[in-house]
Amino acid sequence: MAQLSYRDAVAAAIAQEMRRDKNVLFLGEDVAAAGGVFKATVGLLDEFGPLRVRDTPISEQAILGAAMGAAMTGLKPIAEIMFSDFFAVCWDIVVNEIAKARYMSNGQHECPLVIRSANGGGARFGAQHSQSIENWAMAVPGIKVVAPSNAADVKGLLAASIQDPDPVLFFEQKSMYGLKCDVPEGDYIIPLGQANIAREGSDVTIVALAAMVPKALKAAEVLQEKHGLSCEVIDPRCLVPLDTKSILESVSKTGRLVTVEENPRLCGWGAEIASIVGEECFWNLDAPITRITTPHIPLASVDVLEDLMIPSVDRIVSVVSEMD
Amino acid sequence: MTKSKDKTSSAGKYPLNETKQLELYQLMAECRALQQRAHDLFMQNLVKGTTHLGLGQEAIAAGFGAAMRKDDYTFNTYRGHNHNYVRGVSMTAILGELMGRDIGQLRGKGGSMHITDTTKGAMGSYAIIGAHMPIAAGAAWSAQYRGTEQAAVCFFGDGTTNIGAFHEALNFAAIWKLPVVYVCENNQYMEYTAIGDVTAVPNPAADRAASYGLTSILVDGNDAELMYETAMAALDTARSGGGPTLIEAVTYRHYGHSRADPGKYRPDEEVAEWKNNRDPLPLYRNKLLEAGMPESKLAAIDANTEEMIDKATEEAKSSGPPPDEIAFTDVWADGGAAWRN
Repeated sequence: MAQLSYRDAVAAAIAQEMRRDKNVLFLGEDVAAAGGVFKATVGLLDEFGPLRVRDTPISEQAILGAAMGAAMTGLKPIAEIMFSDFFAVCWDIVVNEIAKARYMSNGQHECPLVIRSANGGGARFGAQHSQSIENWAMAVPGIKVVAPSNAADVKGLLAASIQDPDPVLFFEQKSMYGLKCDVPEGDYIIPLGQANIAREGSDVTIVALAAMVPKALKAAEVLQEKHGLSCEVIDPRCLVPLDTKSILESVSKTGRLVTVEENPRLCGWGAEIASIVGEECFWNLDAPITRITTPHIPLASVDVLEDLMIPSVDRIVSVVSEMD
Repeated sequence: MTKSKDKTSSAGKYPLNETKQLELYQLMAECRALQQRAHDLFMQNLVKGTTHLGLGQEAIAAGFGAAMRKDDYTFNTYRGHNHNYVRGVSMTAILGELMGRDIGQLRGKGGSMHITDTTKGAMGSYAIIGAHMPIAAGAAWSAQYRGTEQAAVCFFGDGTTNIGAFHEALNFAAIWKLPVVYVCENNQYMEYTAIGDVTAVPNPAADRAASYGLTSILVDGNDAELMYETAMAALDTARSGGGPTLIEAVTYRHYGHSRADPGKYRPDEEVAEWKNNRDPLPLYRNKLLEAGMPESKLAAIDANTEEMIDKATEEAKSSGPPPDEIAFTDVWADGGAAWRN
């Protein structure tokens, strides 16, 4: 085990897969010579050269279109969309083209590609550079959706995403790039679609994703110490495919479900999980399912306002401690 | 019609022997029959949904079809029956898809606007304007990286020249010197509006070539041999590392935008001029006859085409609808549609 930051784990996973497979290529804005605006891809150009690690113009449709065309013809491209907010200018390529190519062609088209993107708030970048859009992606049939909460998961899940035969949107939470944890050395893979039980507990199930996971874990500590509540924290890690089995098993045990989502309220991923648990686990519930989300408003830039919006440790503690 | 603005005309550089000429004529005749039959079946209410015919635009697809290597890639729009046909997708598979039959190329899962046959390099028909332009660049990037000397050819309409993906793709292809040929089939109408009414330059593709450091190429898209020669030159450029080519081929669609559109916004005399005097199929037939091609050879192609299209129509009609279960297959590479455990 070595301590790696979340950002270094990105580069480590890409390097691992580029060494393994010469058909893995990487393209995006400022990703090569500059090593990425978040410095998450430093060193890749030096190791793999300019034919495999390529800077592009500011042309998100071209980046994703090129990735798709390459994926359809035998390569395994990794594309970066610098901020996930920018998916709005190339969503056509994701939703109408990449997601549907295999189905519409009656199974002919292959589309093994990964689109990495810095997602979420906490960096004080304002409403156009802070959104959590994993729920946009989850709403589209045909793309897998991954959102890791720590450096070890970044390495294992990004490597798995690159190896995956289907298109994957890989959301890196930008406020976490500097966070370090123990990361396995050597080739490391975490299969997609397996939730992580980040903390075991018996009274309440808290399902949290990406930057909400460390907050949920902190809240769980406080809830145990101050309220005597034993919280189980589940990090789905992938929204598609979704490990509903782990969530349903946990709620069956605890009888309570809280989701903690960074996306705005309406149609956030927690609503889907609440719906599944409501339909399939209703008789095991001891309290109404509760969703903690960013309110349904654009994110403010300044820290004091942004912190009011994105779910906090205090808010999680408050909501969970007041459950019936 | 200008053959090429910058005297880069490829006319004469790629002489066609009789076999190639007959291939070109045959491709055009078969495309014409296919499009006419698609129209007739639509009028008999046998085509599901909509269909967009390239009737009148056959010379462009045929020119490229005759020029391309088997392993080259094509990308086309929803008006793509001609382009798929010239790559080798059968009449039965195309008509079957239009009619929503199990024998259809995509077993009804794609429809008229999405015909694809990756085994023939027909890399798809795209129904969102412009989206396939960067995707074609990606296939060209792949060919460049793999060192295969394959080229990608991307057909699009005049309306596409006003959407952002056009600009992004051309700039991208130019800076990476990608082996891709962009072919604007300027049929002079974006959907229901004349392209000249909504475009700042007279030649929507050719006049923008300089923006990408490309040569401005404006050709008569109804001249089959010129299209073949233009295609050969562009494909040579692509294979030899010369980067992308942007071609504007001026043509005309005989019918409306889709089968929902009678095309009444076009002056009668304009339609009559293009149908009667500038129809690429009789133009080429007459040209070949004047050059001494025996009429019997063309008549044999005509007769065979008629036989083919009738046979394909019967085959397609005799196929039933696809089985229910395929609605739930091929979302993912494992063949299934599961999103949870």
